[in-house]
Amino acid sequence: MSERGLAGRLRAQLASWEGFLLLVVVLLVALNAVATPYFLTVQNQINLFQLSIEKIIVALVMTFVIINGEIDLSVASVMGLAACAFGWLFQQGMPAGLAVAVVLGIGILCGAFNAFFVVAVGLPSLVVTLATLIAFRGMARILVEDRGIGGFPDWFNRLGQQPLVGPFPMALLVFAVLAAVAFFVLQRTAFGRRVYFIGLSREVAAFSGVDVGRVKAAVFVASGLVAALAGLLYAARVGSVRGDVALGFELDIITIVLLGGVSIFGGVGTVTGTLLSILIVLNLRNGMALANITGHIQTGVLGVLLILSVMVPTIRGWAARLFGGGEAVR
Amino acid sequence: MFDRIPAQTLRLLILLAVFAGVVLFFAAVIDGYLNARLFNRISTSVAIIALIATGQAFVVLTRNIDLSVGSVVGCVAYFVGGLLALWPGMPPLAVALLAVLIGAGFGAVNGFLVARFGLPSIIVTLATLAIFRSILVQSSDGASITTDSLPAWVPGFAQANAFTLGELQLRWMVVVTLVVVLAAHLFLTRLRAGRRFFAIGSNPDAARFAGIDAARTVFLAFVISGALAGLAGFMFLSRFGNITVVAGLGFELKSVGAVVVGGVNIFGGSGNVIGVLVGAALIDLIDTSLVRWELVSEFWREAVLGLLILAAVVADALLSRRLMARRRRAAAGAAAAAPAIGEGRT
Repeated sequence: MSERGLAGRLRAQLASWEGFLLLVVVLLVALNAVATPYFLTVQNQINLFQLSIEKIIVALVMTFVIINGEIDLSVASVMGLAACAFGWLFQQGMPAGLAVAVVLGIGILCGAFNAFFVVAVGLPSLVVTLATLIAFRGMARILVEDRGIGGFPDWFNRLGQQPLVGPFPMALLVFAVLAAVAFFVLQRTAFGRRVYFIGLSREVAAFSGVDVGRVKAAVFVASGLVAALAGLLYAARVGSVRGDVALGFELDIITIVLLGGVSIFGGVGTVTGTLLSILIVLNLRNGMALANITGHIQTGVLGVLLILSVMVPTIRGWAARLFGGGEAVR
Repeated sequence: MFDRIPAQTLRLLILLAVFAGVVLFFAAVIDGYLNARLFNRISTSVAIIALIATGQAFVVLTRNIDLSVGSVVGCVAYFVGGLLALWPGMPPLAVALLAVLIGAGFGAVNGFLVARFGLPSIIVTLATLAIFRSILVQSSDGASITTDSLPAWVPGFAQANAFTLGELQLRWMVVVTLVVVLAAHLFLTRLRAGRRFFAIGSNPDAARFAGIDAARTVFLAFVISGALAGLAGFMFLSRFGNITVVAGLGFELKSVGAVVVGGVNIFGGSGNVIGVLVGAALIDLIDTSLVRWELVSEFWREAVLGLLILAAVVADALLSRRLMARRRRAAAGAAAAAPAIGEGRT
């Protein structure tokens, strides 16, 4: 490969959205590291991930859903339902190990329920998952009402709270494995290509012989399953469950995915972009926490970022006009 | 015979039938259900949500969505409450107008971002939902508005009756909402400016070719949504008096629910604000009644609400598909019977 080709490719990489995100990550890490010497310790980094681990795990599968041209607003409610169902089953005397399996099954059912109305009935996923956002949350509240359920077995809590391999807790390992799987499936398999293809144009994909319904159903079921897994991890990390577990998480999750360059119209985005976006959001939250900025305001700052991220093509246009000519607008 | 009735009217009739069915159902299972207190309580809480949902309907008609309304309600209730604590002497009408203007200002931010830059409304309003709420948290510093800090007429307004008929009380709040809904209905159905919202929603390209300023119409829809959420914020302040930073949380979902149950197509272009009013009333009726039904606990409300919204959307989709198919068949039949006349149509 020639020198120029390599340099050109490097420049193209940096000019892409992922390249820009990478720059932001480096900048944020540098700022945080300057602000406090404890930032770059392994323990702090692990804590950083651990605090948002459920959200970032679901962000991986949400990447598939949105690239597929759909949206799943119900993920946080599935997380809540999974956590509460686990607590309830355990309270009814079911062994925790069996309860974990049953709850994962519930996650699959939730995903299949969404998939049925989107694929078989043909309703917009925005409406279906808005309704199930309310309904699944309602089921969680029916199960635990206004109580909290705790007292889970030691092995369960230990998995959520203590390091499993070296300094890494189980949830972080789960995240690493799922990230690798997500990257491989979306970027390297025929199924992944179909997810993009359907997101770009459902009609063209259908006429080209892609089984659109099956791919969409698979993506929704995966979304339900992963959300239920995240709910279980939450229950293990916190050690107790309540009806409002993971309430409102869907906004953070969708923000992470869109900030990572996934288009809300489908067909565009990468797992790499989502991973970089996760790093940005975690570092930003850490930095803001250091600067004594509270949770609600942090979410507001993320909101501003979200708007800026969808305005990128517009901003590029301004820059091109301002500096006369220059790079063509995407 | 159903072919003679316009689809919108048919939808409204079905919705009213469902509403009546739900009332009868609860009357059968709950002792002493049908009384004046039920009407008074439901009509007051519907007054607030129906206002927000009417604004939401304008936005949804243009193929957009406004998820920030809950935060707007909270912000307006809080800011107006704060201003009243500072200047208790403000005249009531000026206070209501101020609430509408603050709300319209928030709506204009959404409208500007969506209409001027062509950004997807779901992302913009998802972001402003968080941003507006964080403005509220930041400026309040965690403090709450309490009824004591408000002039007496503010909580008084929520209790004031326009007329009473025996035990039945029609609050001024309800009258204001009914007037707003009726005005919105007449505007949308009778005025050229109102028809534009439908045109943009049903076929944006055709609307543009017809000379309709799409950006302006969408901007206006968001301003209307913000303004009505602002008015609702004032009513919220009046009804509850105590306002914390979580005021209005979740109203975005309820309003979208009312709009969808009320028969507005989520893909824009068709719908009716009278239907939205009935949709809001139906949701609130079920919400309020389930609390009193002994067979289920109050914790069932959310689950039932979610499934109700889903059922409404499914029924609506199936109904309109069947109607379309029947009309297509009828048109095809007419074309086959009279080819000379039918040739021009497809």
